[in-house]
Amino acid sequence: MESEVSVPTSQLASNSNLSTVLRPLPHDPEKAAAKRRQLEAQKIYGRGRPIRKQSIKDKKLRSNLKTLETRYKDAALKAKDAEILLENEPGFLVPDGELERTYKVRQDEIRRNVAIETAKKGFELKIEGLGPYICDYTRNGRGLLLAGRKGHVATIDWRGVALGCELQLQETVRDAKWLHNNQYFAVAQKKYTYIYDHSGLELHCLRKHIEVTNMEFLPYHFLLATVGNAGYLKYTDTSTGQMVIEMSTKQGSPTAMAQNPSNAILHVGAQNGTVSLWSPNSTTPLVKLLAHRGPVRAMAVEREGRYMVSAGQDLKMGVWDLRMWKEVNSYFLRQPGSSVAISDRGLVGIGWGTQTSVWRGLFDKSRNDQEKIQSPYMGWGGEGQRIERVRWCPFEDILGISHDKGFSSIIVPGAGEPNYDALELNPYETTKQRQEAEVKSLLNKLQPEMISLNPNYIGNLDLISAAERKKEADLDRKPEDPVAKLKNRGRGKNSSLRKHLRKKGKRNVIDETRLRIDALRMETNKKARTTLKKSEEDLGPTLGRFVRKGA
Amino acid sequence: MRIKVLTRPTASAQAPGSSVARQPRNLDPALHPFERAREYTRALNATKLERMFAAPFLGTLGKGHVDGVYTMAKDPERLETFTSGSGDGVVKVWNLTSREQIWDVTAHEGIVKGLCFTRDRKLLSCASDKSIKLWAPYDTPSKSAPIATWLGSTAFTSVSHHRSLPNFAASSSVISIYDLSRTSTIPLQTLQWPTSTDTITALSFNQIETSILASCATDRSIILYDLRTSSPLSKAILGLASNAIAWNPMEAMNFAVANEDHNIYIFDMRKMSRALNVLKDHVAAVMDIEFSPTGEELVSASYDRTIRLWDRDGGHSRDIYHTKRMQRVFSCKFTPDAQYILSGSDDGNIRLWRAHASNRGGIKSARQRQKMEYDDALKDRYKHMPEIRRIKRHRHVPKQVKKAGEIKGEELASIKRRRENERKHSKKGQVPRRSEREKMVLATEQ
Repeated sequence: MESEVSVPTSQLASNSNLSTVLRPLPHDPEKAAAKRRQLEAQKIYGRGRPIRKQSIKDKKLRSNLKTLETRYKDAALKAKDAEILLENEPGFLVPDGELERTYKVRQDEIRRNVAIETAKKGFELKIEGLGPYICDYTRNGRGLLLAGRKGHVATIDWRGVALGCELQLQETVRDAKWLHNNQYFAVAQKKYTYIYDHSGLELHCLRKHIEVTNMEFLPYHFLLATVGNAGYLKYTDTSTGQMVIEMSTKQGSPTAMAQNPSNAILHVGAQNGTVSLWSPNSTTPLVKLLAHRGPVRAMAVEREGRYMVSAGQDLKMGVWDLRMWKEVNSYFLRQPGSSVAISDRGLVGIGWGTQTSVWRGLFDKSRNDQEKIQSPYMGWGGEGQRIERVRWCPFEDILGISHDKGFSSIIVPGAGEPNYDALELNPYETTKQRQEAEVKSLLNKLQPEMISLNPNYIGNLDLISAAERKKEADLDRKPEDPVAKLKNRGRGKNSSLRKHLRKKGKRNVIDETRLRIDALRMETNKKARTTLKKSEEDLGPTLGRFVRKGA
Repeated sequence: MRIKVLTRPTASAQAPGSSVARQPRNLDPALHPFERAREYTRALNATKLERMFAAPFLGTLGKGHVDGVYTMAKDPERLETFTSGSGDGVVKVWNLTSREQIWDVTAHEGIVKGLCFTRDRKLLSCASDKSIKLWAPYDTPSKSAPIATWLGSTAFTSVSHHRSLPNFAASSSVISIYDLSRTSTIPLQTLQWPTSTDTITALSFNQIETSILASCATDRSIILYDLRTSSPLSKAILGLASNAIAWNPMEAMNFAVANEDHNIYIFDMRKMSRALNVLKDHVAAVMDIEFSPTGEELVSASYDRTIRLWDRDGGHSRDIYHTKRMQRVFSCKFTPDAQYILSGSDDGNIRLWRAHASNRGGIKSARQRQKMEYDDALKDRYKHMPEIRRIKRHRHVPKQVKKAGEIKGEELASIKRRRENERKHSKKGQVPRRSEREKMVLATEQ
């Protein structure tokens, strides 16, 4: 329970420190408490920094913004107060003494120590001979999709252990992915990508998605993004069936793909160790970062989009801060990681070779510097099964591991988000609720143009063009002086004057501007000559001959 | 080793003995990604729905009039009754709930110019036949004789009743104040600007500062009078004549005038040299104007065959209403509950419109109301976004109005260009720029 308690207390301590720094003599303890409460609420539920009202001259705007700010503040406070309604507490695994280690705890120990119906959540499916399996959970964590390399695809309602459908496709399956709910899934097969419904009926064959190796589904945009051996990244709108864009990544066949759940940017890992970030709005990567000294094997982005964990062929697991584009820490693995997944509460599951490890506390959004963790939180495996993919079950303390001998579901206490929002994702939804949620999400479907690195840019004002427009509208404005602009010396060797002379100086039009430019040129030349002479004199006759113009 | 694994009891999803699934919430922003984008999409959908449901026209009242409807008045004490007067001298009283006529009379020989309910359920009408008549539409059968008649020396153009006293004002070339109880042809008071002789076209009593009276005349002037001193207060001369005048029912000092120059001007009576606001959008003379009972909105009727709705503090109209068969609109009124609008036009019909085109009457469930409030808040929050603004502003406008608007825009641009050229070629400061809110006021007198 240590860490569970320590996080809030440390927050409290830092907050109280802050308030004491702000006001050394708290006259009114009630006021101080209110302030502290406000700060705490702001930390979780705040929406950025408040607007500075003092600098706004327009009275109407100022009062509007003031009401808006109070409303935001109230909303944050009310959201904080509503925390009392959260019902469930996260799980934990705490050693009793100094000598106990959490990574030594075995699954059967855990299963013995928890309630029977919880213990049932950890299970194994032994499916031999149909090749390494890949797995995927639905967004609410209810459905499980298993796909074997040799063409065996199955959907399971894992909680009731009910088989949804089972397909023997009899061709290579490279990836499989649930779409927005447990009714549809996409399978990347030998040549094309197919979409099946919950009963296993083939609905669509996406003939444009050829030899796909990695797939991602962006649930809010209803986009299925695939990348294949040829290195083409393709987005298809699954609600309309239209191809949104296809573009070449120009990096050869990709080695890994992951999506950032907070801004729907795709991370594509390449053979040369770079991770490039893609949106459907640009044919060039938004960001490229060199993550590994060899092919990138797996990536995962945390749900708030602040940290990325990647694993490469170079036996390294890197933790990246996506706000600064900097590697925070890197960890050594004995074998290259094959799959990474990050749980809702920030636990990192990584499969390497026949082993799976779970790390805790690799990153913490409220800390300035991330500490290097010495040992993993939990471990599993080492019994001869090669790990193909690890995935966290949303809203549960479950890690699903698919390997060449089937699928294992292990219990990892403290992984899942305990309190779900039923209007967003409901693990206990009824059919009616699922249907309603589907309609609502289709109505609120986001357009692919809205994907950008900063998802909150929508609704912002275009301030620069507003200023330009205002300038244009002012009829009394002074006309711009063409010569004044040339006086600024640009960066580099070419001044704006020299550029102007090069581009337009040969024109045989002698007007007022030309005369002024000539005068300006004479003046600059003269100035340059005097500085040259002066530095020559300063350096003396021996060194003076090495003085260069413009140095 | 202490172990706890996340478990949720079955009762957490659905309480025992209940058939309703529980829907717990968690407001943590991490669980709600893309909140701005999703809100924006919802706002866009709400705006589209608002335009899809826009159906402002409700219907016409009864069979209308034989001649054009040139004046209308509502009963200040009642929600459902109002009256209209037409060009052939007929006055009709209508019931709004049944949309039927309840009383009518051939009141005058000429055009009925003014109508006004008194506080004691009587009706005053005046016309160009030099008479003012008092009727009792609630107590007498249709086509009965008037209770009282006042005769004047010239044609009357408008009539307005005092808020509390049993007095009313009627305008011809002067303003005469009559007592309701005395049918003498000599008025109690006569108000007049000393130098003006032209016909006064409209007048209106202030309903808050009850002894203030405003009028506009064909000599382009707006004149304010005070009954307590029985003298005029101030006068402003605008570029063109005004057709109607309306006081703001919530702000005692503000009033709006409907001008021949296609604009509506809102003035503060204490400072007539400058308008508080100029409402521009009509493409022909504005014939009538009225504030909504909340004082926040205005409705105007225009010679361009349209009705426009305005926000008091906006510069352009919020909405435009028109139908194929509606001719020149001469009068418009808000109903006293601010939910509906009535318009009387040259084609003799009185039309009933919704004040908010996409609103629907009837009782709404709590969820429906909640949804509408949420949508309104979203629309307000994202109203500056180009796509939302475009959809919100888009209206189908009759071809003639659109064309006239284009031509008007060109004309105004050319005038502006000419002025700028003049300014450019004259001495600095010689041709000063005048604010749009001031330039139509040619002179003010105290």
